[in-house]
Amino acid sequence: MHAPDGFLTAGTAVTTGVVSAAGVGVAVRRARESLSDRMVPLAGLTAAFVFAGQMVNFPIGGGVSGHLIGGALAAVLLGPWLGTLVVAVVVFVQALMFADGGITALGYNIMNMALVPALGGWAVFRLGRRLLPDRMSSVPLAAGIAGFASVVLAAASFSLQWLFGASAPVPFDRVLTAMLGVHTVIGIGEGIITGLVVAAVVASRPDLVVGAEGLAPTPGARRRLGPFIAGAVATTLLVAVGVSQLAVDDPDGLEAVAQSQGFDEVAQDHPLSGSVFADYATEGVRNERVSLAAAGLAGVAVTLAVGSGVVLAARRRPSSPA
Amino acid sequence: MGAGHSHPLHVHGHSMVHRMAPHVKLLALVGFAVAVATLPVGAWWAFLGLAMLLAVALVAARLPPRFVASRALVVLPFLLSALVVPFVASGHDATVGPVGYSTEGLAAGLSIAGRALLGVTASIVVAGTTELPRVLAGLERLHVPQPIVAIASFMLRYLEVVAGELGRMHAAMTARGHDPRWLWQVRPMAAASGALFVRSYERGERVHLAMQARGFTGHLPRLHDEHAAPRDWIVATTWAVAALAVTVIATVMA
Repeated sequence: MHAPDGFLTAGTAVTTGVVSAAGVGVAVRRARESLSDRMVPLAGLTAAFVFAGQMVNFPIGGGVSGHLIGGALAAVLLGPWLGTLVVAVVVFVQALMFADGGITALGYNIMNMALVPALGGWAVFRLGRRLLPDRMSSVPLAAGIAGFASVVLAAASFSLQWLFGASAPVPFDRVLTAMLGVHTVIGIGEGIITGLVVAAVVASRPDLVVGAEGLAPTPGARRRLGPFIAGAVATTLLVAVGVSQLAVDDPDGLEAVAQSQGFDEVAQDHPLSGSVFADYATEGVRNERVSLAAAGLAGVAVTLAVGSGVVLAARRRPSSPA
Repeated sequence: MGAGHSHPLHVHGHSMVHRMAPHVKLLALVGFAVAVATLPVGAWWAFLGLAMLLAVALVAARLPPRFVASRALVVLPFLLSALVVPFVASGHDATVGPVGYSTEGLAAGLSIAGRALLGVTASIVVAGTTELPRVLAGLERLHVPQPIVAIASFMLRYLEVVAGELGRMHAAMTARGHDPRWLWQVRPMAAASGALFVRSYERGERVHLAMQARGFTGHLPRLHDEHAAPRDWIVATTWAVAALAVTVIATVMA
């Protein structure tokens, strides 16, 4: 998901840049409040861990392998703020020194790969902790669900940016469908691996896992893959069915509508206007409504998750020792 | 801690671009990237103009072409997705055989691909000619917030240590017959990653103590400070301004 230069419009790059800079700024302040001068070495070493973790190829099957993205994992292990900061630094360094992701794309890349997965993943993790029984074995399970959700939320966030800053006339709902479809599958791998890594850490050093604060260590806090896989499969089916319902539009049908309404001539007049909203105006009310519903849903999901992540992260601060 | 001065993208050399002060190079890169990112769709001569400016930089940096090409493959997924754009874009108005596509989408897809290639190649020129400590010093000179630079420098210094540790764990697992092929066989690798996290975190704590013993107060002293020669500024500014001018002219004409 390291988007290159010019993948979204300049306005989107600037807006997301401001949001990302603000988010990383808050993360630095919060991390320093809780860690003081330990922040630099700890964040540096754990950033090296996330970087190295992204190089590990996990087998998926049939010769295909995937790798960890790590936003939710970092948030569960290090807490939302240090987690956000660490992944943001990884994305920043990858763009500057490894030519992975554009320099001008840093705004949306940091937003999609650090802010949304870490804070959104943290929100989902806290929700999972609340719903699951209050014991150590729930932590890896909640982390796994957060890992899955973080990837899906990042995909939704990217699709939303496409809605406002598309660089090609591909309708939002098609981008959302494709992104959510692919990333639901990727998310399952991310969720399983996140859960297993957290389980391994909880088994040896539960005191290091910020997400497990306030829980007494219990032996046998692993081996809970079954419920997670069942939940992930159910969610996948749900998302697949739901999204395919949203994306009922048949391209040829739309084309026919546009031609019969004479809209395709209009579209030719402004071929490079680049705005997705402009496309929707030519594509009939039904599709517009569907698209906006999808946009609304995605927006609500991302905003809710990130927002509650921020709130939860801010709220649990006084109770945690510095 | 053998990270030293090189990284996978760095090519040792003494070209003009290698010698240029890092903050000047970074500023030129940002200028060029802005020019690339705002190139108007379908302004092919402007794409060509920026490609020629980039070629000048590549020749001046004397980077091996094969190295640059192999590193530029990192944008391949986006090139592939750009290839799909004409077919999924709205308003099909032309056909290839039985498949309809949108000419507007074709122009947009090609533009995305072009921008991606130009952007990544420019980044490779800078990364390939600048050692890591110099990049970090350049960032600091450009007033990138100090904590970010400090964390990045720690990360890069210990990346090889952490990656080496991972490699040894992997070798130990392989030596004991671990050869995972399916998703349900990932538990040992995940456990190794968990162990890697614990080791990294504990190493971070030890490093912090060692630094405190040497008087660390939360700020790192600046080491590789470099002054830019006036010639560096002139060359880099001319190059970046030329790139921006191409985009501005293309935007006005579009």
